[in-house]
Amino acid sequence: MLRSIRSEVRKVATTRIWWILAIILFGYVALVAAGMAALFATITDQAEGQAIPTESIPALVYSVATAIGYVIPLLFGALATTGEFRHQTLTPTFLATPKRSVVLGGKVVTGALFGVVYAVLALAGSVGLGAIVLSATGTDTLLGEGDTWALFGRIVIAMVLWVIIGIGLGVLIPNQVAVIVIVLAFTQFVEPLLRTAAAFWEWTAAVGRFLPGAAGDALVGSSIYTAFTAGTADPLEWWQGGLVLGAYAALFLVAGALTTWRRDVT
Amino acid sequence: MTGAVIEIQSLTKRFGGTTAVDDLTFRVEPGVVTGFLGPNGAGKTTTLRSLLGLVKPTSGRATFDGQAYAELRDPLRTVGTALEASSFHPGRTGRDHLRVAAAASGIPDARVDEVLDWVGLGAAGRRRAGGYSLGMRQRLGLAFALLGDPGALVLDEPINGLDPEGIRWIRGFLRSLAAEGRTVLVSSHLLSEVQQTVDRVVIISHGRLAYQGSLDGLETGVARVHVDAADRDGLARVLVTAGGQVEVTADGLHVSGLDATAIGQHALTAGVALKLLVPEREGLEDVFLGLVGEGGGL
Repeated sequence: MLRSIRSEVRKVATTRIWWILAIILFGYVALVAAGMAALFATITDQAEGQAIPTESIPALVYSVATAIGYVIPLLFGALATTGEFRHQTLTPTFLATPKRSVVLGGKVVTGALFGVVYAVLALAGSVGLGAIVLSATGTDTLLGEGDTWALFGRIVIAMVLWVIIGIGLGVLIPNQVAVIVIVLAFTQFVEPLLRTAAAFWEWTAAVGRFLPGAAGDALVGSSIYTAFTAGTADPLEWWQGGLVLGAYAALFLVAGALTTWRRDVT
Repeated sequence: MTGAVIEIQSLTKRFGGTTAVDDLTFRVEPGVVTGFLGPNGAGKTTTLRSLLGLVKPTSGRATFDGQAYAELRDPLRTVGTALEASSFHPGRTGRDHLRVAAAASGIPDARVDEVLDWVGLGAAGRRRAGGYSLGMRQRLGLAFALLGDPGALVLDEPINGLDPEGIRWIRGFLRSLAAEGRTVLVSSHLLSEVQQTVDRVVIISHGRLAYQGSLDGLETGVARVHVDAADRDGLARVLVTAGGQVEVTADGLHVSGLDATAIGQHALTAGVALKLLVPEREGLEDVFLGLVGEGGGL
């Protein structure tokens, strides 16, 4: 297993995709966090009865790391598995490690390691630039608070889970183009639409909390998305959100392992 | 060093309705180079992939010293494999491709540079594999096979795409590997390609075994005699009566079923003066084509 992990880390490190995604993640998150921090500063200056209390603003800015950034670790995980199908590198991979479950295990552990890397980068973007803008506009950054650091910890867990969900999705749908389209369409379009629609009725709102993006937001405990579309149902507890995300990861992994991962490599 | 004995036992593999390999049984011994021959689509690659645990056989077994590939404790150190020349990530360098495999098998990185130099890819190893020529990819595949210094080598069409100098190099290389006591199984769809390299051959056609044994055994399979006389028709009559199969062509008679001595004797008895009597050995390639049948596709 350790050998398989070392091999998987080398696979990631010796191609370009991981740092291209890292740059996109950092840039995207930093830009949106800074923009949001600036926007909140203007809103609180102008409006008397603001919708969002000042003390929750830093968390909203910092959680941009996952609220919009989660698609990057998801793609990273999916590309890590579909790339092997696409470039037919499953042949040398399975020749070196014939026990396929060991290969998949190595991928999950490696994905988790890179999930931590992506979380740190995303936080560097959202906290780095966000906190600068917040303090420049006179809002308390709350960086000294234990709650803020607990939020960072939950963001790391969320990013790790998103990578593993991506790996599972990539095993289940080995077609790289298909999986990229599905990930982008679902995260950017289908799920936001479903979550908005679900908020209309009580029972749909209760179901909507179990959508992956909603569960991820529940795990982190703060998101621009939930702040603006507060439904009628109480959000999941952070640990419940984590369990739901973990269940998605496990479901995709097991389903993929029992289907495409067992197939003949020709 | 003694390589593992490769055994294919009643191997059958069906893909949907097509039978790629049909109850195939053969054995590959260490210390010699064994050619695994058959036209494209005969089931060679499917057989090799079943042997390597990449394809799950419908029935039957394929083993190294009695163990399936997936059961091998240290696969890359036991069996070296070069399958088709495209299993690389184009964005990864040749050297990194080998380092990934080395890490998975606990092989020291120093060995990577060693095998790269060995196959003549020393400098090119640091370039992205996507830019490699077919010959370079074949060499990288061979480097992958040699990584674990294995006792058995399974090489699928390793000569395909090599330049003449590379072909000469790989021939000598395969022979020296076998001379060290390793098991060397080399597939090819062209007999002429491996004729000078292999000691034994396994020939398959339509997924079935057509021949297994030495090249010499293959060569002496069928013999004919080219004979001619001024009275060609008379000679033909004599030989047919004597039990020969006679084919009349523009340059004389081609006779099978009778050897040169018998033909000379019958001609003498009948009083027909011969002007030509040449024993012919059917070419290896002809025997090969005869064995693999009309589906040759060569």
